[in-house]
Amino acid sequence: MKFLPLVWRGLMRRKTRTAFTLLSIIVAFVLFGVLSVIRVAFTLGVDVIGADRLTTIHNVSIIQLLPESYLERIRAVPGVSEATHATWFGGVYQDPVNFFAQMAVEPEDWLAMYPEYVVTDEVKAAWLADRTGALVGRGLAERFDWSVGDRVPLQGTIFRPQGGGAWEFNIVGLYDGAEPGVDTSQFFFHRDYLAEAFGDRPFGLVGWYVARIDEPDRAPQIAEAIDGRFANSPAETKTATEKAFVQAFASQIGDIGSIMTAISVAVLFTILLVAGNTMAQSIRERTSELAVLKTLGFSNTRVLVLVLAESCAIAGIGGAVGLTLAWAITLGGDPTNGMLPAFFLPARDLALGGLLIVALGLATGTLPGLQAMRLRIVDALRKV
Amino acid sequence: MLNWFIQIGAVTALNLRNIGARAGSSAVAVVGIAGVVIVFVAVLSIAAGFRAVLTDAGSPETALVMRAGSDSEMTSGLSLDQTRIIADAPGVRRQNGAALASAELFVIINIPKRTTGTDANVPLRGVQEAAFGVRENVQIVEGRTFEWGRNEIIAGRSAAGQFAGLEVGTEMRWGDNTWTVVGIFEADGTIAESEIWCDAGVLQPAYRRGSSFQAVYARLESEEAFDTFKDALTTDPRLNVDVIRQDEYYAAQSRTLNAIITTIGFGIAGLMGIGAVFGAINTMYTAVAGRTREIATLRALGFSRGPVLISVMAEAALLSLAGGAIGGVLAYVGFNGYQTATMNWQTFSQVAFAFAVTPSLLIQGITYALVMGLLGGLLPAFRAARLPVVTALREL
Repeated sequence: MKFLPLVWRGLMRRKTRTAFTLLSIIVAFVLFGVLSVIRVAFTLGVDVIGADRLTTIHNVSIIQLLPESYLERIRAVPGVSEATHATWFGGVYQDPVNFFAQMAVEPEDWLAMYPEYVVTDEVKAAWLADRTGALVGRGLAERFDWSVGDRVPLQGTIFRPQGGGAWEFNIVGLYDGAEPGVDTSQFFFHRDYLAEAFGDRPFGLVGWYVARIDEPDRAPQIAEAIDGRFANSPAETKTATEKAFVQAFASQIGDIGSIMTAISVAVLFTILLVAGNTMAQSIRERTSELAVLKTLGFSNTRVLVLVLAESCAIAGIGGAVGLTLAWAITLGGDPTNGMLPAFFLPARDLALGGLLIVALGLATGTLPGLQAMRLRIVDALRKV
Repeated sequence: MLNWFIQIGAVTALNLRNIGARAGSSAVAVVGIAGVVIVFVAVLSIAAGFRAVLTDAGSPETALVMRAGSDSEMTSGLSLDQTRIIADAPGVRRQNGAALASAELFVIINIPKRTTGTDANVPLRGVQEAAFGVRENVQIVEGRTFEWGRNEIIAGRSAAGQFAGLEVGTEMRWGDNTWTVVGIFEADGTIAESEIWCDAGVLQPAYRRGSSFQAVYARLESEEAFDTFKDALTTDPRLNVDVIRQDEYYAAQSRTLNAIITTIGFGIAGLMGIGAVFGAINTMYTAVAGRTREIATLRALGFSRGPVLISVMAEAALLSLAGGAIGGVLAYVGFNGYQTATMNWQTFSQVAFAFAVTPSLLIQGITYALVMGLLGGLLPAFRAARLPVVTALREL
């Protein structure tokens, strides 16, 4: 500990250089954090989806609807503890650019199926009581500055209301995510309201089914059992875990995960190479000073430790500031105002960042440190 | 004045000749800038590739007719009678007496992606005979075209590359129908190549669409005929439709993704650039520090401050240009033509495209490199010019 002032002096030897090295390391770690956030945003929250839900869609494609009558038959499949359904609405709010997910659901069953959408009892009661009521995610409400009690018109693209014009919804309440990563950019409303588009004719169709299963380990068998019930019917189904379904959907957007990882690697490699080189150089410049230290009786190990302490200090300060800034940026909220389903820096990536900081400190200090350790005092002092 | 320029030349040449002595730190600055340029060009080439597939797809001479209020073919619907009225409208080009207007169905089907094996929404288009006259760039490059009235499909070149099982001769089963892939087509690299085509008349019963269609593509007599055509349709009481030029329709679809990628690309490259500038500053400071006595000697010999300053800037510019060029070449070699597919949100279906490293992107990348280099050289150049001659000469 008594050598801390010596490390400090080393860092302050060339203040501008230390400052610029620190700044580039900070930038590298801010980028690392931001890229992690983007990557997580595009996984569509797949990490937080429970493994105990199955999704059943039409075998041909998601746009084909399924008969409403399948609900009871899915509920009857052994291993299924509850089931409900949802229908994609695809309405437009003011302009097609304002895209967000709207689904017609059975409110009570839906909230029971998705406990991660947290609502108060009052909001739930209000939603159940209002046939034109809509429950919206907090992220979505913030994006469009909606508050409870607002009336929101959506232009139907797939479904038109009977009298023509737009569908009108009452915002009855907001839901929150039970943990970071839960999608709060969605809009749920009563299926009964949607069915009005068909007047006296029965609607009779739903978009997809969601089923909860007792034993997640048996998901493949239960999925097969569900599909088996509807085999060779006019509407065959395809069932998979909700996780797999969302993952497949995310991979349709593109392999954002690997693109972001590739960019992160490129960013960290280049900036850290630049910073690392500068740090190594500042040690090399001080060959004669290190030789003096040795003359004074500093052991080889102690010289190595001094050099490592200096490089780790720069990496540690720069990295910590960078990661903190990245974290602060995510606290500031989603810059797209709720277009991204999730916007947060996961603890796992923070830990990885910490490891990178240590690795950077050791990698940049080791080589010059070893050189310093092996210095022969006589040679080094002779050098000017 | 002339003397001043000669001085600049002499000092700069001196700097550049002994750049080898500072090879290590110079190389690091070059690598740093090259890294930024690679990321910058690579990310923006995604947007450029996507845009190319969509913007070249539409012709201003072709009009798309959909039900009023539909934002894409996917949510549109037209009855058989309506499609006939549209085909008879003024302004539609005719070939051998038949109108060049194709009433089409546009649906999606699940086909696994080759790369991940997970299901993707692949667009399936049911067309009428006029479709090949409306889109003249469609060419069968393998196999043959489908026969009218049979369960046969042809696949776009990009779709066949991205999605599993679309080879000539294979059979695919969707619902209770079996379809045979009989051909592969190209369409000048446009979005049609991401689609699968078949006879609309066969697709209607398979998808229980009765006799309805979703959109009509009409080839017009000329670009100017669009207004006549549009007015005729929008004022017709039997119809309730939107009419849009095909090129505008596709250009609008590329807008969202384009905006997202451009924001991400400029954001990341901007931040990274700041880091690289700091690196370049350090490199140039080191270069100046290493030559303190040399610079002082020059100044003592009568060289003025300007040339010393400019020589440092020139060195920084040269290093950054080298970095920019290396980065541009690597980005081109590594990413140009890289085939991938993404979701087109408007139609909820896949669009296959290739990363496009265009000359304009390369120029932007190299310009950016130069800006980084000059910013990085500025402070060290001032330091070099301001070195006090006497103390600097004394320095070891």
